[in-house]
Amino acid sequence: MNDLLRYVPVFAEGLWGTVRIAVVCLCASLPLGLIIGMGRYSRSWYWAIPTRVYVEVFRNTPVLVLIMWFFFAFPTIAPFDVDAYTAATLALTLNSSAFFAEVFRAGIQSIGRGQWDAARALGMSYRWQMQRVILPQAIKRMIPAITNRWIELFKLTSLASVIAYQDLIHTAKLISSAYFNPVQTFTIAALIYFAMIYPMVRMLYFIEAKLKRGD
Amino acid sequence: MEDAINIVKLHKSFGPLEVLKGINLNVQRGETVVILGASGSGKSTLLRCINFLEIPTAGRIYLKGKLIGTPVNNEPDGGLLQYRDKELQAVRTSVGMVFQHFNLFPHMTALQNVMEGQVTVLKRSKAEAAERGRNLLAKVGLAEKADEYPARLSGGQQQRVAIARALAMDPDVMLFDEVTSALDPELVGEVLRVMRALRDDGMTMVIVTHELGFAYHVADRVIFLNQGEIYEAGPPSEVLGRPQREKTIQFLNGHNQFRLP
Repeated sequence: MNDLLRYVPVFAEGLWGTVRIAVVCLCASLPLGLIIGMGRYSRSWYWAIPTRVYVEVFRNTPVLVLIMWFFFAFPTIAPFDVDAYTAATLALTLNSSAFFAEVFRAGIQSIGRGQWDAARALGMSYRWQMQRVILPQAIKRMIPAITNRWIELFKLTSLASVIAYQDLIHTAKLISSAYFNPVQTFTIAALIYFAMIYPMVRMLYFIEAKLKRGD
Repeated sequence: MEDAINIVKLHKSFGPLEVLKGINLNVQRGETVVILGASGSGKSTLLRCINFLEIPTAGRIYLKGKLIGTPVNNEPDGGLLQYRDKELQAVRTSVGMVFQHFNLFPHMTALQNVMEGQVTVLKRSKAEAAERGRNLLAKVGLAEKADEYPARLSGGQQQRVAIARALAMDPDVMLFDEVTSALDPELVGEVLRVMRALRDDGMTMVIVTHELGFAYHVADRVIFLNQGEIYEAGPPSEVLGRPQREKTIQFLNGHNQFRLP
């Protein structure tokens, strides 16, 4: 037990690495996904086609492959340094923004034509229709899916450890190879993940139940 | 004085399907015109062309004597028109529309629904919009429901809020698209009463409805549409009372089959 207590600061550092990249990727991919998702919904081809390509490329490429690509391939063509943090952030943000884009698109499409008609019939511009009538309703319906993707994103951050990003799993790997105690170390790592993610899942259930009651 | 609406040779197609085949119709200020016709005859499409929720394929629409759209390369009559977003938004503001399924904004209270267009489109202050909103809700008999959300209102109440929402924009013309068709029978009367009061106030109205009794008593003129064309038109006492043409007679018989003895 004393052994394990020694690792607390080390684990804390790894946990911080995990939380940081998860939060940064969420904050970057939500607005990016919203823009891409609205582009997907657009009627003009110069919005619709590039955003569609974006979604299909980043949604259908394994996150691990993206991480590897941004760490090993991207630096050779990028005009700046790419460390493990940057590469993992880019890969996870592009991937989850593609999923968020689909969530947004589906959410907007779930609002019936009558709402658009009513807003247009008042003389509202497209921007007002979107901002005042469509999005407030759509976002409410998107919340469960967004929460779901957020949980998924949180789990996927563990893949960043393969390029030696200092997250929880990478830390666990270091500890276990230094002290030869893989069972304790990885069990603790798994428990920490569970302790982080389970409350989020409970929150998701809570939100879903609340929304169902609201309808 | 010019007419409120002049429609000249209006055509509307959806892909290969021609829904309106050259409609000519003039509506005077303060006039109430009821449009009848079997489903698929183009009634709703005609209404939706008047406020440009549907863009006409060909033809001209004048509101208060002013042509909507700009002719492309100065062709005379019948040439193509170009419609700018800003112009259509202005048109839609001055033409109110009420829908079959109410289409109230569910995330806003009744009052907020009535205020929304006033604030975002007409740029009225919140206080001014709220005052006008409350007056209009009172006018449709819903003063005490101002703070309720649409989900807590009956169909008839929702539809009256929708009418108030359209009136809040101070429109020149009101369009009603089968506004009682989705209502339980006992709620139809309250909505029709509001519409009759509007007519008595001198509002110009174009109404698509299946309520023949309402058409008979309230309309100044009845238009019978058949397959995208005006088939028979005239005062209600004639079109409804002494229809001349075959399809009109069939249509009216279909509606009267189960009258009480």
